[in-house]
Amino acid sequence: MILEMHDICKDYPMGKTVTRVLKNVNLTVNEGDYLAIMGPSGSGKTTLMNIIGCLDVPTSGSYSLGGRDITACSAKELATVRNKEIGFVFQSFHLLPKLTALENVALPLLYGGMKKAQRLELARQALETVGLADRIDHRPDQLSGGQCQRVAIARAIVGKPKLLLADEPTGALDSASGAQVMELFQQLHEDSGATIIMITHDAGIARHAQMTRTIRDGILSGGVEV
Amino acid sequence: MLENVSLALQGVWSHKLRSFLTMLGIIIGIAAIITIVSTIKGTNEQIKQNLIGQGTNVVTVQLTQDGYEYDMSWSDPPQGVTPLTEERRSELEKLDGVEEVSLYYQRQWSDNVYYGNTNFSGSVYGVDSHYFSVNDYTVNYGRGFIDSDFTQHRKVALVDSNTARSLFTGENPVGCTIEMQGEPFTVVGVVSKNGGSGPVINSLQDYWMYAGNGSNSIFIPGETWSVIYRYDEPQKVAVRAKSTDAMTYAGDNVAKAINETNVTSDKVKYQADDLLKQASDLQNLTSSANSQLIWIAAISLVVGGIGVMNIMLVSVTERTREIGLKIAIGAQQSRIRWQFLTEAAVLTSLGGLLGVGCGIGLAYMLSHVMGTPVAISGSACLIAVVFSMVIGIVFGLAPAVKASKLNPIEALRHE
Repeated sequence: MILEMHDICKDYPMGKTVTRVLKNVNLTVNEGDYLAIMGPSGSGKTTLMNIIGCLDVPTSGSYSLGGRDITACSAKELATVRNKEIGFVFQSFHLLPKLTALENVALPLLYGGMKKAQRLELARQALETVGLADRIDHRPDQLSGGQCQRVAIARAIVGKPKLLLADEPTGALDSASGAQVMELFQQLHEDSGATIIMITHDAGIARHAQMTRTIRDGILSGGVEV
Repeated sequence: MLENVSLALQGVWSHKLRSFLTMLGIIIGIAAIITIVSTIKGTNEQIKQNLIGQGTNVVTVQLTQDGYEYDMSWSDPPQGVTPLTEERRSELEKLDGVEEVSLYYQRQWSDNVYYGNTNFSGSVYGVDSHYFSVNDYTVNYGRGFIDSDFTQHRKVALVDSNTARSLFTGENPVGCTIEMQGEPFTVVGVVSKNGGSGPVINSLQDYWMYAGNGSNSIFIPGETWSVIYRYDEPQKVAVRAKSTDAMTYAGDNVAKAINETNVTSDKVKYQADDLLKQASDLQNLTSSANSQLIWIAAISLVVGGIGVMNIMLVSVTERTREIGLKIAIGAQQSRIRWQFLTEAAVLTSLGGLLGVGCGIGLAYMLSHVMGTPVAISGSACLIAVVFSMVIGIVFGLAPAVKASKLNPIEALRHE
């Protein structure tokens, strides 16, 4: 078991009242799972993703990732968890515009304290995996949207994290590039047994996953195997 | 660390104009300080050369009270001090580091000395037979003092070449009679100092007196001193040291020896004029005025620092998404803080370097136009660069902390 959540609640103050965005969420993810979490906007799916990604902490409940109790971690430890255990893929790529594809991919390894030569070698391998070996010296503005997202995926997998976390990974792409990206996820899941959690509002995208769960008004429904 | 610096340099380079404008405050401040410091140092070295660069290696040992020269012009000879004898003088010459010793009397500011109706203003010396050799004088024309001038208490005088010009305006002074305290003295010769026309500068007073214009000196035999001045006056001692380095040592030796045998007073003691100390006294005088300017220039550094802080805050806002991403993929807060601190420090250090360059250029330009002396101080340049780096760190701290405390969720959503 890689990820285990029990009775996760998240409250946000809204003016004078407090809004409960997540209501007693329970979630278990095993190694090698490919899970899609679906929900309309305002359902709390982004908040859930932020908590899974250790960018936010729950108000109550327990969360363990790779056997580690996340709710007991300090900010410094959370940064290490994000760096080592989680690979993020964002809707809008979030590549650094002044760095080349290779440098962008190597960035998480820098924060992990790895030597430069090794960093660049691993980054090169990751870019090969996503099929961009010939684009390593291009900057983001010299790449198409689909290529940018593949660089971002390379950045997410370069540190061999336990969990790949994708937030609307095709949201900013045309359907052809989107399909390529989904194919890449599929390949990562099948070839290297990556554990993937994907957040989306698009049922067509969610269908690529092994299983789907739906979140609505802060309540996560039971799993549906595909 | 090095990677951070090179990244920061890339950042500076990619915003050339903005970086330059931000650095301008630092550049101006550092340039001003370097210019001022170079000019102060140049002046100081000039003073030092003027004071001890005479090459005579002569130290004056004289009576002092409370650290000041005991001036016979204003006061009676002090109690408890016995005048020195010729026998004692030759003993002093045997002391360590000492080459030759002369005993002499002096009135810094003469009064009642006339040639015809012209009043002489300058110093009057009552000298022994060693004086001109110790202080390296030669006779230009006429004759010097001979033994019989001393033994027979002759009322004869020597004048230096400046006095020959100013008091005797073109006349040949040899054979003329001058009146000193009502007594007639016959001028027998004109002397001048070897190695340039510069006067013997043995004290701060000498320096002020002689700075710019030449000395005016009249010499009479020491044996005749009592005719016009006092009879029981303790002498001053001119000590020629064996080398420049031995000056302080030789002077102290002589002063100590005299104090043991000829001085019983507690208040008044013989003391060697430390030329190096005098030089530094003078340097302090000139430096203190200029060092106030440094504080004014330092204000511009503070202004520059605020400019840096401002631009760093702008930069943090501009790069909110970048910071958010870095935090999201696992950068520690300390790393984000260092990144911005390094950027600020690199920016201001660069400004400091440019400022040092401008300052050196400005100092030489100033010296070319206004003739002020210049000496570049390596340590001042180093301190200036380090100080500008510190400014960057101090004023970059608030923006850096702000960046490191950003909430990654909001930062990633920032437009």
